[in-house]
Amino acid sequence: MSEQQAAPAAGPKVKKFMFVNRKAPYGTIYALESLEVVLITATFDQDVSLVFIDDGVYELVKGQQTKGIGIKNFSPSYRALDGYDIEKLYVDQTSLEQRGLTEKDLLVPVEVLDAKEMGQLMAQQDVILSF
Amino acid sequence: MKIGLLVSEGPYTHQASDSAYQFVVAALAKGHEIQRIFFYHDGVNNATRLTEPPQDDRHVVNRWSALAAEHKVDLVVCVAAALRRGIKEEVLAPGFRISGLGQLVDSGIKTDRLVTFGD
Repeated sequence: MSEQQAAPAAGPKVKKFMFVNRKAPYGTIYALESLEVVLITATFDQDVSLVFIDDGVYELVKGQQTKGIGIKNFSPSYRALDGYDIEKLYVDQTSLEQRGLTEKDLLVPVEVLDAKEMGQLMAQQDVILSF
Repeated sequence: MKIGLLVSEGPYTHQASDSAYQFVVAALAKGHEIQRIFFYHDGVNNATRLTEPPQDDRHVVNRWSALAAEHKVDLVVCVAAALRRGIKEEVLAPGFRISGLGQLVDSGIKTDRLVTFGD
C-alpha cells in the first residue's frame, strides 16, 4: 500500500499519524504516555491527528480535579496542543452521548464524528497508534 | 516488507510480548525486515536482566536478547517510561538499548507497517 504513496524524491517524508485514545485519563498511565508520544511526534513535522473514543473522551473533560487521588492533573496539556500545531482533534459521537457529555464539556475545540466518518478518517492514515 | 513493532505490555502478565516475539520470528522466516522493536509503557519490563522465571517456563527477556544477537534486531526501550519503572542502563539485558520516543516516531516514518502489541 505504502509503495504507491511514494514521497517526492526531495524533502522529508510526511506521514499521517493518528493517535487513538480509548482510556480514562486516570486509572492507567496510557492516556498520559500517549500524550507524551503525541508531543514528540509533533517535533518530527508529521501530519498528526488525535481521536478520542470510549472512555478516552474523559481525557478532554473540563474541570478535572486530581488532588484526591494524588496524581498530577495533566489535562491542561491538551490546551497546549495547538502551540505544537496539533489542531486535528476528533471525538466519537456515540462515546460522548453514552457518557452524557457534549462538546461544551470539553477543554478544547474538537470535531465530533459518527462511526462511519471516523472509519473513513482512519482508512486515510499511514500510522495508527492506539492507547 | 519493512516492519516496526511497538510492545506496550510487560512480560508474563500479558501475552502481548509473547505474541510480538512469535510475530517477529514468523516475519523473519518469511524474509521480512524488522526495522526496530520499541518497548513502551510496561513493555519496558521486557528489558531487565533481573528477570528470573521458573525453570519450566519460557524466558521472555533472554528470548529477546537471543533474537537481537542472531538477527541484529534493534531493541529500543523508551527512556521516560523506563526510568519511571526502575529500568536503567545497568539492568538492561544484552541487545537492548535505551533511547527516546523519537525512535518510535522514526519507526512509523521509515517502515511500511508499524504493528502494536498491547492489551
